[in-house]
Amino acid sequence: MAGSGKAHLRDAHAALLRVEDLLVEFPVGRSGLKVHAVTGISFDVLPGETLGLVGESGCGKSTTGKAIMQLPAPTGGSVVFEGKELTGTKGRALRNIRTRMKMIFQDPISSLNPRRKVEDIIAEGLSIWKLGTKAEQQAKVDELMLDCGMDPAMQRGKRPHQFSGGQCQRISIARALVTDPKIIICDEPVSALDVSVQAQVLNLLEEMKDRYGLTLIFIAHDLAVVKNVSDRVVVMYLGKICEVGPPDILYSRPAHPYTQALLAAIPVPDPDVNPVDRPTLGGEIPSPVSPPSGCRFRTRCPLAQDICASEEPIIHEVSAGQYVACHFPMGAGDKLPMPTATGAKEL
Amino acid sequence: MADKVKVEKAATKKLGIAGVLSLAWMTFVSLVAFLAPWLPFDDYATSHLEALKVGPFIAPGFPLGGDQRGVDMVDKLVWGIRNSMMVALGAIALGFLLGGTAGLIAGYFKGKVDTVITGAMSMLLAIPQLVLAIALVAVLASPYIGSDGMNQFPSNGRKMIVLIFALGVVTAPVVGRITRANTLVWSQRDFVLAAKAQGAKNFRIIFREVLPNVAPAMFSIALLGIAVIMVAEAGISFAGAGLPADVPSLGNIIVGGQSLLLLGTPHIVFEPVIVIFLTVTSLNFLGDIVRARFDVREAAV
Amino acid sequence: MRSKKTTRDFGTDSYAGPLLEVNDVATHFKTPRGLVRAVDGVSFTLERGKTLGIVGESGCGKSVLSKSIMGLLPPRNVVRSGSIRYNGEEIGSAKASEMAGIWGTEMSMVFQDPMTALNPVMKVGKQITESLRYHLDVSKSFANETATELLRSVGIPEPARRVSQYPFEFSGGMRQRVMLAVALACGPKILFADEPTTALDVTIQAQILDLLDEQQRERFMAMILVTHDLGVVAGRADEIAVMYAGKIVEKAPTRALFSSMRHPYTEALFKSIPKLALPSHSHLESIPGRPPDLVDPPAGCRFAARCPYAQPICTEVEPPLIQQDELAHVAACHFPVGTEAGNEALARNKAAGVVAADSKVGG
Ligand SMILES: Nc1ncnc2c1ncn2[C@@H]1O[C@H](COP(=O)(O)OP(=O)(O)OP(=O)(O)O)[C@@H](O)[C@H]1O
Ligand SMILES: Nc1ncnc2c1ncn2[C@@H]1O[C@H](COP(=O)(O)OP(=O)(O)OP(=O)(O)O)[C@@H](O)[C@H]1O
Ligand code: SF4
Ligand SMILES: [Mg+2]
Ligand SMILES: [Mg+2]
Repeated sequence: MAGSGKAHLRDAHAALLRVEDLLVEFPVGRSGLKVHAVTGISFDVLPGETLGLVGESGCGKSTTGKAIMQLPAPTGGSVVFEGKELTGTKGRALRNIRTRMKMIFQDPISSLNPRRKVEDIIAEGLSIWKLGTKAEQQAKVDELMLDCGMDPAMQRGKRPHQFSGGQCQRISIARALVTDPKIIICDEPVSALDVSVQAQVLNLLEEMKDRYGLTLIFIAHDLAVVKNVSDRVVVMYLGKICEVGPPDILYSRPAHPYTQALLAAIPVPDPDVNPVDRPTLGGEIPSPVSPPSGCRFRTRCPLAQDICASEEPIIHEVSAGQYVACHFPMGAGDKLPMPTATGAKEL
Repeated sequence: MADKVKVEKAATKKLGIAGVLSLAWMTFVSLVAFLAPWLPFDDYATSHLEALKVGPFIAPGFPLGGDQRGVDMVDKLVWGIRNSMMVALGAIALGFLLGGTAGLIAGYFKGKVDTVITGAMSMLLAIPQLVLAIALVAVLASPYIGSDGMNQFPSNGRKMIVLIFALGVVTAPVVGRITRANTLVWSQRDFVLAAKAQGAKNFRIIFREVLPNVAPAMFSIALLGIAVIMVAEAGISFAGAGLPADVPSLGNIIVGGQSLLLLGTPHIVFEPVIVIFLTVTSLNFLGDIVRARFDVREAAV
Repeated sequence: MRSKKTTRDFGTDSYAGPLLEVNDVATHFKTPRGLVRAVDGVSFTLERGKTLGIVGESGCGKSVLSKSIMGLLPPRNVVRSGSIRYNGEEIGSAKASEMAGIWGTEMSMVFQDPMTALNPVMKVGKQITESLRYHLDVSKSFANETATELLRSVGIPEPARRVSQYPFEFSGGMRQRVMLAVALACGPKILFADEPTTALDVTIQAQILDLLDEQQRERFMAMILVTHDLGVVAGRADEIAVMYAGKIVEKAPTRALFSSMRHPYTEALFKSIPKLALPSHSHLESIPGRPPDLVDPPAGCRFAARCPYAQPICTEVEPPLIQQDELAHVAACHFPVGTEAGNEALARNKAAGVVAADSKVGG
């Protein structure tokens, strides 16, 4: 299968979460066609690690996150959490696992019920599982609100619409922490926030991670943000994994042409870097309903050859800890032969 | 905090003169309806010779005149309002219980459950509403053979319950549809997913997360629903399937007075018509205001 | 060749001054909560063919400013003041009917959300040619050819077939190209691009920005590029204005701004961006608190409550926008970054253990 392979998986006993051959498909109306949202991806997360998941819109990041939570259960593949297989787990057992595996969503406003008070929203996990007395629950909520930079006395009784986006995301984080989870899946927690607020929330997540010994899966489309928080980064394209590696290596010498193009496209706040001179990736992202054969990136890839259309590249190691699914991975210093917008702009 | 107070104040300001009048009228009508037994009104069977077929503002002590049997129109209208309101509120409550629950379940679970419930609602909606209500009344409140082999006629109480039931059943699919549509929207929101992701059970999610958000829209429909049912009750009375003539309702007062329309006592018809008209208009206004206020809260989100 | 429907002639090409002069423009909204001072005294000039970048956080008034200049705000509940001169001609108080002669031919706009800005039930070709036929009174077939040509120039493959398709048949990036074609149809002299790429992916964003750049150079068009991303303007604007709470707090030629930023807000904004060059897990410097309420902005400097340099004077006296070391570089701060006064203020705050005037509870 395409962009498949498991060379990058580590010791199964060491992993807190291990996802293998994850497959998620959605029907397109009654046409019989399918959206191939996620097609056979595998990865694992060690305890205490932050795994970053990056890729462009629609490449299946959120779908992966939700499939891990079994919301809804994936079409195929396996998800093993704390040594237990989650696919096929149902009812109370599954609901119980969700106290140890939490999720934070992208839209800070949509993910909080506008008609409930902040304290009730945060305490919901405790209330569902009847953990502790009312007073103990209240104490826990207060403690978490303080930890997350809110003032319990002032803000406990307010409703979400009285808060800014950044504060709503703090509430979401507190809500996720309330049942002492092992792992939190953060689905673009800062994409909807202003840069200044984004930094506050990222710092808070790092702080909470240390304090509560969390493991994180951090989903984002912003490479710089992912680099900042991650220990290992997975780059996705159209439902497949392109490249996996430690951020510092991945960012300094990307081996997959897509990773390189993605890095080149990030606008850098430096007037001496002329964006017009940098290579840009042409073409549009293909439809996930009929993804290209072979390597899914080949329709936009400047390096593509015939083999890319006929054979799917398998993930393999190119340097210590760096894995790539490409027939023609690039070495250090290689430049993509991509067109640049002609001429330089006068400043 | 300050923001919220101000926003709410703005909504109150928007009540406007029409809103204030509507609210005043509905308060008045509701008070009269609920307190009728404790207010110094006569029984609607007491006739007064001096009020026989007298128009409004003619005989002293009978500001709204009297009917063909000399019953004070004030008394008659008070009891009529009370009975009509009881029918309307009862029917709405039943309609919401059945339709609201079905709509919530269909909209939340989707899939097969939804197909079945939506199908059932469409079937009910395919039959003209009044026809369905009248048919239900005819079946459920027809005379039956009692244990002694004699023809038994249903009691007035039973007739009222049957009427409420019939109108409730007719209301249910309408409410169900609207509730389902709203539920579909709200259960798409991430906070529902977030609740699931915490291990909440479906019914907890429906009642804690979805219902409070769907409720304001339902409430504004309920107001309009009461208005529609009051009109429907009058319609059913015309078909002869309403409350019996000795239990006045706004509908059957009109029907009773209708034959006398051209015989010098049009007020017997016009007075309940005006009451219905004012009530329907007020409820419409209030429904709009509730919706607008709900929108303000949404906009503040 | 001017449109038959233009009611006024907006300046002549022989006017020697700047293309656009904006002077002390303020736009306030009357709301039930009070007067929202969305834009509060903004001035700048824009020369022909140049690009001005406007950056700032969400809600600081970037969109309201662009709409005010274009006269696109509905008159109800809006209080406008100040002067806007286009080609030497005052348009600040022009009525919508007069502005109609400007829209499209002199100024046009690309919006943030390509989904809602296009009419979903009108063919793409028609949307492009509509303003063309309105303003330039050209024949249908000529307009059609122009539409095809425009689609080709914005990089849409098979333009002849695409003109008769509807917006939903285009992807997000292609829709933004169509928007651009619509905006360019009548050859405007100024293009307002209000966060033209915020809704797009990075690789597509780069394509669109390059396209804007290329079209701008080809047509010698001036551009106002509105964004919240300092990275987007860094390589593409000649001059950058940083807005905070309805005011410009710093304005400088791009290079000068990045090499010697003077306003503490600019510095803080810059520092809070995660940068690729930094190793992972490096601590980000965030700006504590949140922007002030525009209904009741604080006295003195509006940034004071979040500013690490702030001194007592900052909450009392509003700092004027004054020239910094370079001629075109202005900033509104009592203790500019990198100056002696600024360093002293920062050191004093550090010594006293204050991060910012009011930073206990972050936003
Ligand atoms: N419930 C669904 N039904 C049908 N298609 C879906 C559904 N959910 C997601 N998809 C499709 O699956 C693909 C992957 O979507 P997903 O939301 O996982 O992308 P993403 O990487 O999270 O993108 P974004 O950055 O926009 O959030 C998309 O093409 C999307 O349209
Ligand atoms: N019609 C309006 N009535 C009242 N207030 C308004 C109106 N339009 C905008 N505002 C307010 O004016 C301020 C500036 O809004 P504006 O849309 O210009 O922000 P922006 O800088 O473009 O932000 P963004 O990055 O989110 O687009 C905001 O606080 C907004 O709430
Ligand atoms: S130092 Fe004072 S004037 Fe300058 S930005 Fe900070 S608060 Fe404003
Ligand atoms: Mg997503
Ligand atoms: Mg804007």
